[in-house]
Amino acid sequence: MEKNTGIIDRLLLFTLIPSFFIALYLIFIWSPVEKVMGATQKIFYFHVGSAWVAFLAFGVVGYYSVRVLIKPRLQHHINAGISAEIGVLFTTITLITGMIWGKSSWNTWWTWEPRLATTLILWFIYVAYLFVRKMDGSTEKIARLSAVFGIIGVINVPIVFMAIRWWNTKLHPIVFGEGKNQSGGGIEPDMLVALLFSIFTITLLYAFLMRKGIEIEKMRHIVKKAKSKAIEKLAG
Amino acid sequence: MISILKDAWTIASKDLSNEIKTKQTIGMMVIFSSLVVLIFSFAFDPTNNMVKAVIPGLVWLITVFSGILGLNRSFLSEHENDALTGLRSAPIDPSSIYLGKVLANFILVTAVQLVSIPVLFLLFDYRFFGKVSWFILVVIIGTLGFIIVGTFLAALSANAKNSEMLLPVLLLPLLSPLLIAGVQATRIILENELIADAASWIRLMAAYDLLFLAACFFLFEFIMEGS
Repeated sequence: MEKNTGIIDRLLLFTLIPSFFIALYLIFIWSPVEKVMGATQKIFYFHVGSAWVAFLAFGVVGYYSVRVLIKPRLQHHINAGISAEIGVLFTTITLITGMIWGKSSWNTWWTWEPRLATTLILWFIYVAYLFVRKMDGSTEKIARLSAVFGIIGVINVPIVFMAIRWWNTKLHPIVFGEGKNQSGGGIEPDMLVALLFSIFTITLLYAFLMRKGIEIEKMRHIVKKAKSKAIEKLAG
Repeated sequence: MISILKDAWTIASKDLSNEIKTKQTIGMMVIFSSLVVLIFSFAFDPTNNMVKAVIPGLVWLITVFSGILGLNRSFLSEHENDALTGLRSAPIDPSSIYLGKVLANFILVTAVQLVSIPVLFLLFDYRFFGKVSWFILVVIIGTLGFIIVGTFLAALSANAKNSEMLLPVLLLPLLSPLLIAGVQATRIILENELIADAASWIRLMAAYDLLFLAACFFLFEFIMEGS
């Protein structure tokens, strides 16, 4: 690998590790314990951070999908795929932490509240996207097909969001409102600092995973090429 | 534009005449949708009042489940004798292939619905209170949206070896807004509530149809390109 990328990677890693410890300190020791929900509220910092990264990752998938169609390049295809994988991972984390939080504060693991339902559908769409990428065929073909699906998926997300909103307000009006402390306006300043820092840390983690993932994927392509070359040589 | 529509009609009539000759797909779809009704009669006691609540959902379930069978066939059948390459190399716009397939699939699914929805109402002994014209409008708009997205994804997944398994996984999450709107609108109309309540859902479905028709129309080229 080139020297330049190595420096960026190391820099990322060396900021990531200390900021993770700072984030943990801020979350568990420094920030005040919430009055009603107690210690369970701490999960909220990870929950919001991973939800934000999931949305960011899916936005990146959409961006690179468009670029693949405009100008087919292996790099864009790889970027979109790695971002989708990380996005699915963080959506899963968001769903799981959300369920744990819901159990302790709403006393139910799952409710068909708009935000939960949209997140679940989002998860399904991008798992389907990963399946499209696993189809067999030449890399160029897969790149084109998955980019097309990525764009269709991105179009669908805002529609799902609106549809679910309307659906729920009709059935049972304001039950959870805008979310208990998800509005950000009514939050303690100390908690806000911890929240922003944990979001920053998790975004850094996303950038780090993204770079590492792209590197591994590139190596995989190199190995694949070398393999087919070797097979050709042996056969010929 | 007119030539695109003309070519689309040619492709659609080819598919339909093929279907009329064999009657294989449509027969399977009708049988399958009746089987779904049968299974649901075990799940929900038909004499119960609860049926009223599940009928709107059932209308869409049998449409989507039987429709997926037909969609799977629509591009896989072109793989026999490599007919897809012939279509691709024909001097026509790729979008007309898409429009033709949408047209053929839509007519096919509508034909199945003409049998299966009355059968559903009959077997569950459902008394129809709402306005028939509004019900038909909702069914047509919803089915059109389902076919628009379904045909596109069928073309996409036909590239994979396991396309029968891939198609529902791709299709169902993308259909979720349409199905929510469809079920809600159907429920409102069947229970003879205010049409104004259903109007916003119908608008959502119409917007979904137009948006995805436009997107799929332009993106279809990329699916057909080379292989």
